[in-house]
Amino acid sequence: MDIKLKIWRQKNASTKGKFENYELREVSPEMSFLEMLDYLNKQLIEGGKEPVTFEHDCREGICGTCGLYINGRPHGPATHTTTCELHMREFKDGETIIVEPWRSKAFPIIKDLAVDRSAFDKIMHAGGFVSIDTGSAREANAIPINKKISDRAFDAAVCIGCGACVAACKNSSAMLFVAAKVSQYAMLPQGKVEAADRVQRMVAKMDELGFGFCSNSYACEFDCPKGISVEFIAQMNREFLSAKLCSHKNH
Amino acid sequence: MKQSIFKLSSLSHKVIMALAGLFLMLFLCTHLLTNLLMLTGDSSAFDQAVQFLSTNPIIKVVEYVLFAAFILHIIFGIVVWLSNNKARPVKYYVATGSETSYFSKFMIHTGLIIFVFLVIHLVNFFFVKLGLVAVPEYASNNHDFYAMAVVLFKDPLYSLIYVVCFIFLGFHLKHAFQSAFQTLGLNHDKYFPAIKVISTIYALVISIGFSLIPVYFYFFH
Repeated sequence: MDIKLKIWRQKNASTKGKFENYELREVSPEMSFLEMLDYLNKQLIEGGKEPVTFEHDCREGICGTCGLYINGRPHGPATHTTTCELHMREFKDGETIIVEPWRSKAFPIIKDLAVDRSAFDKIMHAGGFVSIDTGSAREANAIPINKKISDRAFDAAVCIGCGACVAACKNSSAMLFVAAKVSQYAMLPQGKVEAADRVQRMVAKMDELGFGFCSNSYACEFDCPKGISVEFIAQMNREFLSAKLCSHKNH
Repeated sequence: MKQSIFKLSSLSHKVIMALAGLFLMLFLCTHLLTNLLMLTGDSSAFDQAVQFLSTNPIIKVVEYVLFAAFILHIIFGIVVWLSNNKARPVKYYVATGSETSYFSKFMIHTGLIIFVFLVIHLVNFFFVKLGLVAVPEYASNNHDFYAMAVVLFKDPLYSLIYVVCFIFLGFHLKHAFQSAFQTLGLNHDKYFPAIKVISTIYALVISIGFSLIPVYFYFFH
């Protein structure tokens, strides 16, 4: 198949970017989207031009590194799919594909399609952990956990931190990401101990970093490659409310 | 957000907006029930309701809560909108195709229309009651709202604006009702689908209910 590409090119965070048009011939429908970009970059390098910068790592949908805004949707047109697992068969022969980076004040552009998502790391540093002494792993069955609860905690824990929720949200809100992390810990006995502190610290950090407010549009759930439910946002709202209302002054 | 003038977290903003919004939705129900009394054919039932609402001391107190709810909801709504505008300084070239709650996109716009309507409404009725606006000659006293409404509804432009504003209010409410529950953490797979349905029904009842009154007076009275 032959395709036309309109790709955002930007030298660095301080320069102004613009779209560049490319034509790519003999693209295999079996190629992944990233392989197609590799194929484009090979041609650009052979032609003595600067290749397109984009992030990637595992290429099997689990690391959360790749993330492109393709034809108006984070990770492209396929549902519950990361950019690396998106295949060219999802597009038509002759189609123009428009590729943009995640757009958010909290995710500044590094170069071309690569954005700095360290804001998510900062949120995790604020409370996305369990404070316990390290050592050898405990016997897994020593703490009984209801199967339904552990399954639900896992539903939240599948978040790969790719930032599609921020990219999809009209307000560039990070609520689904933070909610997934807060909920995952709050449901398990090890995480419950610090739940009230954690939610307040992580929300405060999220606000400080310039993410927008949640408008309950639910676009994040629609575009999350892991299908994380907005019910976790409600759960975080509950956790936050009870923490604010019930925790003591010095917390 | 950091730039919020209230030094409250984003979640606290939303909770205050949701609580104020839910109170306003409750108020709309009582206002609609009162207004529907105008359709009984004469003014006596409606006048009695107005008399009760104007004199009852509990209603007087609730009236202050109502003003507070309006002010909080409007101010916080504007703060949220301003902060959200800053969160994405460079917009996408291709508008998102992933929005699932269409009406949520236009809450500030529908909210603005409702605010303009609210001002017109206050000038036409509430300010007359307070004595800030002169009592029209066709009204027997400063709380003869029935006579004031009937004359206004005979004006096709006023009735049209009234109906259009309530259609926009319906759009606002369709998103608002279920959104308030989500913000307060009341989302559960057992009952949230029902809340979404009730949200639509509530928006339709308020929108159609209020619109029936000018339509009745313009065409049938």
